[in-house]
Amino acid sequence: MKKYENQGSKDTRSGFGAGMTELGQKNENVVALCADLIGSLKFDDFKKNHPERFFQIGIAEANMIGIAAGLTIGGKIPFTGTFANFSTGRVYDQIRQSVAYSDKNVKICASHAGLTLGEDGATHQILEDIGLMKMLPGMTVINTCDYNQTKAATLALADHHGPAYLRFGRPVVPNFTPADEPFVIGKAIMLNEGTDVTIIATGHLVWEALQAAEELENQGISAEVINIHTIKPLDEEAILKSVAKTGCVVTAEEHNFLGGLGESVARTLSLNAPAPQEFVATNDTFGESGTPEQLMEKYGLNAKSIVEKAKKVIARK
Amino acid sequence: MTQQISNLEQFTQQVRRDILRMVHAVNSGHPGGSLGCAEFLVVLYQHVMKRNPGFDMNGINEDVFFLSNGHISPVFYSVLARSGYFSVSELATFRKLNSRLQGHPTTHEGLEGVRMASGSLGQGLSVALGAAQAKKINNDPNLVFVLTGDGELQEGQNWEAIMYGSAKNVDNLIAVVDLNGQQIDGSTKDVLNMGNVKAKFEAFDWDVLEITEGNNVEAIINGMADAKSRTGKGKPVCVLLHTEMGNGVDFMMHTHAWHGKAPSNEQLENALNQNPATLGDY
Repeated sequence: MKKYENQGSKDTRSGFGAGMTELGQKNENVVALCADLIGSLKFDDFKKNHPERFFQIGIAEANMIGIAAGLTIGGKIPFTGTFANFSTGRVYDQIRQSVAYSDKNVKICASHAGLTLGEDGATHQILEDIGLMKMLPGMTVINTCDYNQTKAATLALADHHGPAYLRFGRPVVPNFTPADEPFVIGKAIMLNEGTDVTIIATGHLVWEALQAAEELENQGISAEVINIHTIKPLDEEAILKSVAKTGCVVTAEEHNFLGGLGESVARTLSLNAPAPQEFVATNDTFGESGTPEQLMEKYGLNAKSIVEKAKKVIARK
Repeated sequence: MTQQISNLEQFTQQVRRDILRMVHAVNSGHPGGSLGCAEFLVVLYQHVMKRNPGFDMNGINEDVFFLSNGHISPVFYSVLARSGYFSVSELATFRKLNSRLQGHPTTHEGLEGVRMASGSLGQGLSVALGAAQAKKINNDPNLVFVLTGDGELQEGQNWEAIMYGSAKNVDNLIAVVDLNGQQIDGSTKDVLNMGNVKAKFEAFDWDVLEITEGNNVEAIINGMADAKSRTGKGKPVCVLLHTEMGNGVDFMMHTHAWHGKAPSNEQLENALNQNPATLGDY
């Protein structure tokens, strides 16, 4: 199996911050808005280098989304930043009317998504945001897997016209994708070719999927691993091509199975080529306090769980 | 000046006819607040705002306006059409299937003159703040106007925006509150008494002025000139526009009953008789 090396663990949010720093220099129309979380979102450099293009909104996320929508009128490309929960659930109607329905070029950038936020607990651990955002007509939804990919996605979004949701996280995780890998919105990345089962993963679960594929290989099972960083629009062609070969699929995400990547994959398969599918996702539940590792273990979002689901789905073929 | 006022009054009378006929034709829509703001929007578009020919979404080097209380779309559409943004004949499509004139305004259908969807209340002031700050970055000296309802101020997002506007010295923004004292369930006092709105804005450090005769063209001209003169001085400007819901149609005034109700055939005839055509019906 193809080997991926951890180039040095980093948090995905720092990839976002690095992307913003670069965008600040490259694109004078890019502006940044933050709701009292500059350090958490890694906005420090952008704010220092471009104070005239940085907007501290205070703890007022609804106002932030509206201001971002207004800034597009005048040709700006606003990137809003706060935690995923406050980026989506708290401001859903503002995003729906002022951004999505109004077709405004706003990039909603969300850190601390999912369980890996850790000890802060369920009030902050949104597991419904992908579903909320993908249901909005015209909204692009991206969930990146490591530092390099998050940086590349941030840069790509500035060149993409239209509302978009960029989801990343808090913890330090392996950084394994090539630093020079181009980020093409809506285009899946084939990480490992295999023949027995397709593992389709997004976000922090991509590294876990690679670990799972190694373990499966040790057990004589050939797993294909696809990184879906763009959940909407979904690369249906890549999914169908792979499942035509393997005949079954495991989807893996740090999100509720309701509304997540898995559901989008299931729809694609049921419309085109039905195949057995297992879901590595949270099971219609809130999270809780704990370390990221403890939570991913308890809620079944790790390599071990992917291996189990892979064997289960192969048996269903 | 007298001739100019007379022309604007004539213009407003035609807008009133448009509102009544549009709402009647589909037996739905919001005539009360639309009629109450007719004079204001006519004066704003025909006298106050600097507008460039055609329509540029980004509004570079011109004043821009946002309607936050999107339910008064009939008056907005009529004024936009009669100000040249799109054909007056298109007013006949209001609220019909496949129309660009949706029940509440939207950019989704590409209707010239509309820069933001509105209808879900309380969002326009934030959007206007963003547009005003974009003008500052662009060194564009023109102004941003926004109209909100008074009942709409019950939405909490407004107070986030009001706090922000003064804290960030957004002094190229004029926010106009349609102070008609009515909302769907009754008077604003009965539904949720907002107390002294002027004192509240002043407590948030806005420069506030009142136009007590908000259905009087000359009073609006003078009041908005005053408002413009207060911009660029470090504070956002708030205009409390005292209007009469249903203004210009006697049986629609002094009540909240016509907030979202269309007139019958007889009521339409009566209302139109009170407002003879001036510019020609669509």
